[in-house]
Amino acid sequence: MRAAVVTFPGSNCDRDLRVAMERVFARPVASLWHAETELPPLDLIGIPGGFSYGDYLRCGAIAARSPIMAEIARLARRGVAVLGICNGFQILTEAGLLPGALVRNLRLSFVCRPVRVTVVTASSPFTNAYRPGRELLLPVAHHDGNYVLEAEELARLEEEDRIAFRYLDNPNGSTADIAGVLGPGRNVLGMMPHPERACDPLHGGEDGIALFRSLLATLT
Amino acid sequence: MAIAEITPELVAEHGLTAEEYARIREILGRPPTLVELGIFSVMWSEHCSYKSSRLHLRKFPTEAPWVVCGPGENAGVVDIGDGRVAVFKMESHNHPSFIEPYQGAATGVGGILRDVFTMGARPVAVLDALRFGAPEHPRTRHLVAGVVAGIGGYGNCVGVPTVGGETGFHRAYDGNILVNAMCVGIAEKDRVFYARAAGVGNPVVYVGARTGRDGIHGATMASAEFSEDAEAKRPTVQVGDPFMEKLLIEACLELMAGDCIVAIQDMGAAGLTSSSFEMAARGGTGIELDLDAVPLREANMSAYEIMLSESQERMLMVIARGREEEARAVFEKWELDFAIVGRVTDTGRMVVRHRGEVVAEVPVAPVSGGSPVLDRPYRLPDPPVPFISDDQTVHLSPREVLLRLLSCPDLCSKRWIWEQYDHSVMADTVAGPGGDAAVIRVHGTDKGLALTIDCTPRYCRADPRTGGRQAVAEAYRNLVAVGARPLAITDCLNFGNPERPEIMGQLVGCIEGMAEACRALDFPVVSGNVSLYNETDARAILPTPEVGGLGLIADLAKRTDLAFDADGLLLVLIGEVTGWLGQSVFQREILGREEGAPPPVDLVLEKRHADFVTAQIAAGRVRACHDLSDGGLAVAMAEMCLASGRGGRLSVPAEAPSLFGWLYGEDQARYLLAVAPEHLRALLEEATAAGVIAREVGVTGGCALIIDGQPPISLEELRRCHEGWLPAWMDG
Repeated sequence: MRAAVVTFPGSNCDRDLRVAMERVFARPVASLWHAETELPPLDLIGIPGGFSYGDYLRCGAIAARSPIMAEIARLARRGVAVLGICNGFQILTEAGLLPGALVRNLRLSFVCRPVRVTVVTASSPFTNAYRPGRELLLPVAHHDGNYVLEAEELARLEEEDRIAFRYLDNPNGSTADIAGVLGPGRNVLGMMPHPERACDPLHGGEDGIALFRSLLATLT
Repeated sequence: MAIAEITPELVAEHGLTAEEYARIREILGRPPTLVELGIFSVMWSEHCSYKSSRLHLRKFPTEAPWVVCGPGENAGVVDIGDGRVAVFKMESHNHPSFIEPYQGAATGVGGILRDVFTMGARPVAVLDALRFGAPEHPRTRHLVAGVVAGIGGYGNCVGVPTVGGETGFHRAYDGNILVNAMCVGIAEKDRVFYARAAGVGNPVVYVGARTGRDGIHGATMASAEFSEDAEAKRPTVQVGDPFMEKLLIEACLELMAGDCIVAIQDMGAAGLTSSSFEMAARGGTGIELDLDAVPLREANMSAYEIMLSESQERMLMVIARGREEEARAVFEKWELDFAIVGRVTDTGRMVVRHRGEVVAEVPVAPVSGGSPVLDRPYRLPDPPVPFISDDQTVHLSPREVLLRLLSCPDLCSKRWIWEQYDHSVMADTVAGPGGDAAVIRVHGTDKGLALTIDCTPRYCRADPRTGGRQAVAEAYRNLVAVGARPLAITDCLNFGNPERPEIMGQLVGCIEGMAEACRALDFPVVSGNVSLYNETDARAILPTPEVGGLGLIADLAKRTDLAFDADGLLLVLIGEVTGWLGQSVFQREILGREEGAPPPVDLVLEKRHADFVTAQIAAGRVRACHDLSDGGLAVAMAEMCLASGRGGRLSVPAEAPSLFGWLYGEDQARYLLAVAPEHLRALLEEATAAGVIAREVGVTGGCALIIDGQPPISLEELRRCHEGWLPAWMDG
């Protein structure tokens, strides 16, 4: 398993994601700087949470146009697994690797709390260690996590079994309670909840671990 | 040097007295230039010079074997073992937050973060103590919304978890809210950076955001009372850029991993002036500054404006000569401005040049630390008489009282606030907001830091000395209650106008009370901040000496919290019950009175009870633990039930002198513990041996809280009352 996590200026969950991956993968995870354009051979790229470039435009919009994202998009089309969490999810939608958009939470304020989500599909490199329908407790922490998309896109996601997670208590107003979606090749996942903050008994739960175990089992 | 006409009006506008001006002339041997007048004005302001409080701050104990650096640096430093230190400080941003709540609170967080990473520590937690006016005051809701959004907007973006704090409401804060922010960081013990300019010829480097016209004279504003025209001061409030701060943190910490930084200091209140003077003063050196090299946001800024700007997210460093390019490369990587703006000299003088002219030339020592130390007259209030309560005058049942207290603005759940703060980023938060103390893991270890902020302003007003003791004792208890060993405190002393003897009396009394408690508990003060002139049209706030406590948990597996983890646990009350209702929340919320003496704080008992609880936790006998404070035993019990989702029964002994006193009295030095039945006997025996009063007062279990002889209160109803008030009021 060759994994790396991207750091944009303003990323703030890059270390957390690396720590969680290293714990489960039991090997070092590389760090990629946003200005890099020539990437080493990789099986998995993590795009972490935070406020890339301050998110002073739409969340993720500037990062989606950074040099490294063109390279990541190319690798994603070749089948490399890409995991975007929170700001990473926003970046992936802005980069066109995932459908839909993430807009301001329905109640307009930032929300940080553990939420209950269900695993909708186990058929992906990110979720195959979960049982479909399993209920997880994962923290969210975002201001712009309200997932919106056109009705026909939603129908396509459902038809192609590309909804990875749904909220049981929707914290942000997302369409169809969607908490995470897969790209058309199933090798790109974007999700608002933070699995890397649920990987240790001291976090108050370890429901995020199986996501990294799925990746470990699939990609090595 | 251009000599401007310095009129008495100009001197007064700079907040300087005639005596202070005479002293300035004496120091310089001539009249000051306008730039120099500005420099003295901010450096001798109450905010920067502590001139009213310095005499009394010396009363604090500041040393202990684990203290690495006490007050005087950017933040205090304590040893937490394994070659690591915790670096922490609390600071106020009261005046700006009242005028512009979002930016005022946001930049308060930004400033305290800089105080911590300046010392080479990665910030790992933020806490906030907030005091607002009465909920019915027309401005309060707007201020709460703005301050909370500002704290969240900054802390969330920077990626440092906001893990705790406290929020209170009282009409005394209608015209002056309090926003106190505390930051805690962790550093390697041998890599702590100090702000001592040294090495003649070393370059002085400016990094971070550009300098604009914002915040000019913020320090002077924070040293004056408000009047009706507070709105007109809006241009002196700074604007924060948390993204810039995040880059600054990463760039500074990256550079600090090497050895080219000689000294570093953030530009906080009084900006370039105070950072340069403080670095030179601590190092016993001089500095030559070239203002033409300062990165500016606006064209045509004057030397006066550049020296006094409080633009945010800026740092000043002294770099080892010859290492400039190494440092520049790091800042360029993070796309931050980097400019050499001066040199260290051995003259002991600050020489400031602008457009080819010397605009200021002053000796460093008399400006920084040479401000007048005032021995202001003070008057302590008369000792209050104990309040005698009478259960017959209460027309509510104990059950109704509990529901009312749990939903009152001071005791209700603050979830609406802390859910807007990212409290789990960095993935080391073990116990976030809502408990006695927040707990964060020391990254990569099994150790934890316990953090709390406490103060009971109504006690401080009634009896400053007792109130000061109580603030320290409560912080101590909150740390003990999660299984931590309390190490040290930071403080933020918020008071009214010290020129009034009764306000000065509050300050002196609180400091002396705090100092007594710190000494008795071996809990020294390592950093702090004083905020005076918190009054509007001669109406002062309640005296509010906020205490930020830090403790160490040696093994996170042995920490405790307030949630019962099983039914059938026995509840043991530690400490004496006199049923003290004077100055209690019960007295204010139920009887509509705020009078009498606050509960006495017996420091010998505080220590003895804390040691006992610590020993019981270490012995593995304590399944849940909660400090008793506002609202007394019944409120503590309700909070434990809510935290665990389990009910319980609370007994009222026949010999209790007063039913309401037993349930809602605020006697100090108390804890409520939950223990397994098989451990009860050993615990009670050890209590007797240690001279600790311990008694069984109830049992856990069920889905309701039952006070003996009262109808049960379902957890659902308890939760509705506790959680309901704040969101409903904010929506209202």
